[in-house]
Amino acid sequence: MFRIVKKKNLNASVVLMELEAPYIAAKAEAGQFVIVRAVEEGERIPFTIADYDRNRGTVTIIFQVIGGSTMELAALEEGGSVLDLVGPLGIATEYGDVKNVAVVGGGVGCAIAYPQAKKLFGMGVGVDLIAGFRNKDIVILEDEMKAASNDLFVCTDDGSYGTKGFVTNKLEELITSGRNYDLVIAIGPVMMMKFICDITKKYGIKTIVSLSPIMIDGTGMCGCCRVTVDGRTRYACVEGPDFDGHLVDFDELLRRNSAYKQQEKDHICRLTGGVR
Amino acid sequence: MPDMRTSKIPVSEQDPKVRARNFKEVSLGYTAEEAMAEAERCLNCKHRPCMTGCPVGVRIPEFIEKVREGLFEEAYDIIRSTNSLPAVCGRVCPQENQCEGKCVRGIKGEPVGIGRLERFCADYMADKEHTVAAAQPNGHKVAVIGAGPSGLTAAGDLAKLGYDVTVFEAFHTAGGVLSYGIPEFRLPKQIVKREVAGLEKAGVKIMTDMVIGKVLSVDELMEQGFEAVFIGSGAGLPRFMGIPGENLIGVYSANEYLTRINLMKAYKDSYSTPIMRSSSVAVVGGGNVAMDAARSAMRLGAEKVYVVYRRSMDELPARKEEVHHAVEEGIEFLTLTNPTAVIGDDDGKVIGMDCVKMQLGEPDESGRRRPVVIEGSDHRLDCDTVIMALGTSPNPMLRAATPGLEVNKRGCFIVDEASQTTKQGVFAGGDAVTGAATVILAMGAGKKAAAEIDRYIKAQQ
Repeated sequence: MFRIVKKKNLNASVVLMELEAPYIAAKAEAGQFVIVRAVEEGERIPFTIADYDRNRGTVTIIFQVIGGSTMELAALEEGGSVLDLVGPLGIATEYGDVKNVAVVGGGVGCAIAYPQAKKLFGMGVGVDLIAGFRNKDIVILEDEMKAASNDLFVCTDDGSYGTKGFVTNKLEELITSGRNYDLVIAIGPVMMMKFICDITKKYGIKTIVSLSPIMIDGTGMCGCCRVTVDGRTRYACVEGPDFDGHLVDFDELLRRNSAYKQQEKDHICRLTGGVR
Repeated sequence: MPDMRTSKIPVSEQDPKVRARNFKEVSLGYTAEEAMAEAERCLNCKHRPCMTGCPVGVRIPEFIEKVREGLFEEAYDIIRSTNSLPAVCGRVCPQENQCEGKCVRGIKGEPVGIGRLERFCADYMADKEHTVAAAQPNGHKVAVIGAGPSGLTAAGDLAKLGYDVTVFEAFHTAGGVLSYGIPEFRLPKQIVKREVAGLEKAGVKIMTDMVIGKVLSVDELMEQGFEAVFIGSGAGLPRFMGIPGENLIGVYSANEYLTRINLMKAYKDSYSTPIMRSSSVAVVGGGNVAMDAARSAMRLGAEKVYVVYRRSMDELPARKEEVHHAVEEGIEFLTLTNPTAVIGDDDGKVIGMDCVKMQLGEPDESGRRRPVVIEGSDHRLDCDTVIMALGTSPNPMLRAATPGLEVNKRGCFIVDEASQTTKQGVFAGGDAVTGAATVILAMGAGKKAAAEIDRYIKAQQ
C-alpha cells in the first residue's frame, strides 16, 4: 500500500497525486515512469513521474481523468492509498550536451514537460517552454513552468488565454525568429508530437519525444508497448519511454493506442452505472 | 499384494464442451477412496526409480504408502519436507517425463498416478490447519529476486534452514509464471496464493512491486546486509517472428495475452483490464504456453481457435495431456504450417495471416526433422487475433543493471557447478539460467541453489 500524501485538482479533469514511496523516490529521474494499480480490480496504469522528493520520500503523478481506470484512481482521497506502485521504470532522459532547449508540452503532457524544463533550467541550460491547452480553463502549472524557463509561451486552441493557436505554430515562429535550439523535447498527445517532429525535422533540430503506449508489466515482459522506431520494433517500457522523434512511427502508435477503445467505453459505462 | 490393474484409476474431469467455455479447473482430482485405490498400485520398489526422476527429490514410495494407509496428513508432510509447492507440482509437472516416466508399472501399462496422488494430498490439506514450526533463526540474511517457482523454492528451503529470507517480486502478486502464465483452469490462483501463504508462515518475507535493477541494485541489496542473493528472475522476454504485420492490433505475445487473463483477470467482468473478445484466433507455436493461450482464447468465447505449428503432431513440444485436452475442447491443429505475414485492415486490425505449408526434411541440430517450405503453398488463414507463443528468453534488465554479472549468448546467467554466477555471493537458477523450461526444473534449481547458498554462507564464517 502506498499512501496518498497529497491530492489536488489542477483543473476540472487533471489531478495531482503525491504518493509515499521512499524506495522509488530515492532513484527516480526525469523521464522515468511508475505503474499504479489503484485497487484490486484495477488496471496497471503507467504514469511518467511528474516530480519526486527524495527527502520526503514521495513521487508525484499528474493525470487526466480520461477513462475508467483514471476515474477509479481519482476517486481515492488524500490520506488513503493506492494498492500498488512500481518504479522507477524506463530509462531517464538523456539530453546530451545542450545549450538551448525548447520544451513543448501539450495539455496534461505539460505535467511531464515541466520536470524536464525544471531539470534543464536547473543545469543552467537555456529553456523556452511552450505549453498548449485547448482553452483557458484547463491551463495547469503556469507558475511552476514560468519559474523553470527563460520564456514561457502559453497557447490555447481558441485564444481564450495566451497566444491563439497550436504549439507547433509557436515553435516554428520562435525558430524562424532566430532562436537557436539544439534540442526540442515534445511531450503530449501523439498527434502533437508527430506535428512537432515534422517541423523540427524541417529545421534539422534533434527532438526527443516521450511515448506512452499501452503497457501491462512495464518491465519488458509482455511486449504490448512495442513501437516502431527507425523501422525496428522497440519496447517503450524498457528501451524508452523517450525516443528520437524523427524516427518514431506515430501513425502506428496512434492505432495501437486505440486498440481497446470499445472496451474502454464499456468500462466507463460500468463505473458510471450506464447501460452496457 | 499390490493392485495389478494396468491402468490408473481414472480422474474425473469437467466435460470438454462445458469446460471449454469456463475457467474452472479441468481435472477435479481424486477422492480419498480413489487416491487410496491408486496408491495400491505402487509396488514400493526398493530401488525407488521414481525418485530419480524428481528434481526436488520427493520421497515418492513413502508418501504413497501413507496414502494407501489413509494417513493423508503424514503423506503430505513427507512431500512437503522436500517440496515447497506440492499443490502446484501435482498439477503442472510433466510427470510422464519425470517420476512417472521412471515408474516400473509403466513398463506394462500405465505408471502409478504419482502426480494425481501428490495433488490429492495437497488438496486434502488445503482447508486444514497445518503448522510448520518456524526454524531457529541463524542470523543470516538472504535475498531472493523473483517469486516464481525457483525463487519460492529457494526461499522455502533457506527458511527451513533458519535463514532470514526476503523475496523481491516485480509484479504485484507473488508466483511468477504460476500467477501470470499458467491459466486458472490448470492451476487455480487460489492454490498459488495458499502455497505462498504457507511459505510466509514458515518465515519467508515477500516484497511485491520491487523491480530489482531499477528500484534497488544487487549491490545495494548486499550493502543492506544480504549475504547472498539468489536470482530467479525467469525468462520473461517474449519472442516475435519478425514477419510483417506483427504490430497490428490483435497481435499478442502469449505473455501479454496470458498476463491479461491470469494476472489481471481480464476474463472477469469486475476487473478493468481489457482483452479482445476474438472470434477466430491463431496461436503460433506448439509448446505448453501455446496450448494455454489457445485454450484460454476458447474460454473467452472464440468460435475458432487454431494452433499453427511448423512441424507435425509428433514433434509438438507440449505435454501430451495438454494437447489431448486442447483437442477435446475443439482447438484445431494446423501443423506443418508456418506464418509469413499478418494481414490487417485499414484501421490496422488483424484480418488474417498468410501462411505456407511445410514438409519435414533431414534432422537438424536438435535431432528433430527440419521443416522445409513447400513451394507454391501460400494460403491465407482468416483470423482476427494472432498470439505468438514462440518461447521466451531471460529479461536483460537485471544483467544490464548489475556490473559483474555475465550471461551467455542466449542471455542466460552463467553459473558454476555451485549455482554461483560470475559475481561473488550471487547465485541463480531456473529459467534465468536455462532459458524457458518447466516449473519443476526451476524448482529443482532453486532447491540446489539453496543448499549451495547455505554452504557458501557457512564457509564465509
